[in-house]
Amino acid sequence: MASADHYSPPDTSPWPLGAAAGLFVLALGAGLAVNGVGPGKWLALAGAAVTAFTVARWFGRVIAEGERGGYSQVVDRSFRWGMAGLLFAEAVLFTALLGALFYLRQLVLPVLGGGDLWSGFSADWPTAGPRGPEAAAPDSIPGPGQFSPIGAWGIPAINTLILFISAGAVVWAYWGLIRDNRAQLITGLFLTIALGAVFLALQVYDYARAYAELNLRPATGVYGATFFVLTGLHAVYALAGVGALIVLLGRALKGHFLPDRHFGLEAGVWQWLFVSAAWALLFVFVYWL
Amino acid sequence: MATKHSSAHPGGVGRWLSTVNHKDVGSLHLWFAGAMFFVGGALALVIRAELFQPGTQWLDPLFFNQLASLHALIMIFGVVVPAYLGLASWQIPLMIGAPDMALPRLNAWGFWLLPFAFVLLLAGLLLPGPNGPPATGWTLYPPLVLQGGAGTDFAVLALELVSISAVIGAMNVAATVLNLRAPGMALTRAPFFAWAWLVTALMLLAVTPVLAGAGALLLADRHLGTQFFDAAGGGDPRLWQHLFWFFGHPATYILILPAFGIASQIIPTFARKPLFGRVSMMYATVAIALLALISWGSHMYVAGLPLAGRLFFMFTAMLIAVPMGVVVFNWVATIWRGSLSFETPMLFALAFVLVFTLGGMSGLMLALAPLNIQYHDSYFVVAHFHTMLAAGALFAVLGGVYYWLPKWTGRMYDERLGRWHFWLSLLGFGLAFLPQHFLGLAGMPRRIPDYALAFAEFNMLSTVGAFILGLAQILFLVMVARTIRGGRRAEDRVWEGAEGLEWTLSSPPPYHSFTSPPKLR
Repeated sequence: MASADHYSPPDTSPWPLGAAAGLFVLALGAGLAVNGVGPGKWLALAGAAVTAFTVARWFGRVIAEGERGGYSQVVDRSFRWGMAGLLFAEAVLFTALLGALFYLRQLVLPVLGGGDLWSGFSADWPTAGPRGPEAAAPDSIPGPGQFSPIGAWGIPAINTLILFISAGAVVWAYWGLIRDNRAQLITGLFLTIALGAVFLALQVYDYARAYAELNLRPATGVYGATFFVLTGLHAVYALAGVGALIVLLGRALKGHFLPDRHFGLEAGVWQWLFVSAAWALLFVFVYWL
Repeated sequence: MATKHSSAHPGGVGRWLSTVNHKDVGSLHLWFAGAMFFVGGALALVIRAELFQPGTQWLDPLFFNQLASLHALIMIFGVVVPAYLGLASWQIPLMIGAPDMALPRLNAWGFWLLPFAFVLLLAGLLLPGPNGPPATGWTLYPPLVLQGGAGTDFAVLALELVSISAVIGAMNVAATVLNLRAPGMALTRAPFFAWAWLVTALMLLAVTPVLAGAGALLLADRHLGTQFFDAAGGGDPRLWQHLFWFFGHPATYILILPAFGIASQIIPTFARKPLFGRVSMMYATVAIALLALISWGSHMYVAGLPLAGRLFFMFTAMLIAVPMGVVVFNWVATIWRGSLSFETPMLFALAFVLVFTLGGMSGLMLALAPLNIQYHDSYFVVAHFHTMLAAGALFAVLGGVYYWLPKWTGRMYDERLGRWHFWLSLLGFGLAFLPQHFLGLAGMPRRIPDYALAFAEFNMLSTVGAFILGLAQILFLVMVARTIRGGRRAEDRVWEGAEGLEWTLSSPPPYHSFTSPPKLR
């Protein structure tokens, strides 16, 4: 075991170059695909595959080094600062998009409704704008030239409950590790993953319903745009969280993590608690109010 | 307990492709920044050549605007930020007594994203006409940006890659400064360069994701049918301006705070006095960062903000002059009654203080809402930010390279060449950008390939100055190449008045800097 303040920097690694090349091919392919170049989407898929492969090998290497006891407390603290930075950046991105919703709804909408430019347009939220379809009652079947917003007290309320329970489950799992109760750790992680998967499945179901029944799409004016971008970003965070938790469960089953050495697990717990907290904001400001 | 570190590393190209060493990654950043500096500089000279005379000489107006956008995006994201990151990667571990950066593999990843991003950005040049790079300037305002072609998508996607790189770099610098300082080095005793970079890193973490998110909204509006920036769907083109400047205003301080750090290392060394008012300076940088985060609307006075908004942003933007004054006062007080000597790094640092103060004055004028209505979108703005960047940030980086190059290479640079480089750069800067203030005050708009006859003389001067400034940088390249290939051996403590842990190591330092934490005096 290395001494507490020992820090031996890693040797060479091909993964940084690989991960950067993968993201480049992904971006290039996406740029070509949205401009109607056919093979673009295959290029983007290849880039995503290279990135995923590289990141998987990279993480595998770091996990192996950690399990060999190669990381001292100094390195552990560096990882924690790094993860804190990543979570902060995730929160900033999410807050910026919430800010966009606030700006459009509270500041822009009254101006659009109050001027002569768009006469006859009433500034009521939800709206798809002066030239968009009109809003019907939440969760009702919209008529022609109408859309329906998603109401708060159906699936979104159930999802809120699911995420809150899952946040409890993941903390319970963490306590299991601290008390060296492996069964509690594994059960808790499994429970969190199951709840997270149900949450994501319900979100997919809600999206499908929005498309098929409610005439609600990203192109449905500012309501549709903010709804899909905000819930979509949250779904990406949640997907990353569930993916991380699945890896962590696999590692827990293999006997990884010690009560005093478990940065990877803690990072996964942080991410999942962030996902739950961010959802609370979404539920209040996107679905409910 | 001192454990032996392996200093073995592969040679040749393989070393550079797979390295995670802080010095190697720092060098990669610096070489990349240097290469992009010459690309962006060449674009600037093409632009200035077109503006040498009134009338359109050889550039199509659309292509002119595309080149102006590329010039700005390259110089900001491809030159200044990577150069600062390179200096951080090289110097921060040396200065705080660490073996490497806190997250060395991420350090390398952050670097490799950059060349790929700029390949993507420049790929737009292969596409004809409106499909080429965005013609919007670096601010990418809708609705114009929504009308561009594939080149616009490539530019936005390139910015997404740059954003990932910036977040990684910032998180790494923050983790390094917060976690790897030598035992006994309190945060307030950290070298000022490390402190200034820590504040910069926290600012980068707080604003870069907003740029990335805004870029994603732009792509969604362009290709997914959303209407964030379209009033017909309830959106607003000014939403982009708010998001962009929430990033962009702090970004202007991100582009100058590490320069504070560099100047605050160089000036005490050549004044042979400790930095005056060091702790007040630390608080001042934090105050600057906090105020910068709430001043974004000072770029939007003509966008139709309510009166209360314009007043608020005017006061916050102008208030930044107070901590800025503290910083400049402390530099002057450090110089006061020092035993000065004027080696090339000191020349660049003193010129930095001078032009930074000048640029700060024109910045104050621009922050005044009633005056800004007059100056908005004019050459006065161009003159202001080029004073801050093309002299300010550039001179600080050049000074830093002269200051630390003997430590990095173990060789002294050619002082005579350095002085030629400095004086020609200063002359070029003055000729290129001082006349632009007068052009702007007289009403010449920016981002335009043609202008009225009345503006001819000053534009001619400006072009001559730009070519002097540009060609002088070839001397810099010659200086660096000659220093690396040979030259007088540098001592460990290269400069007589230099203080700090980096000067206790050999020149050049060992591959892994401090294998065991150094004892502080």
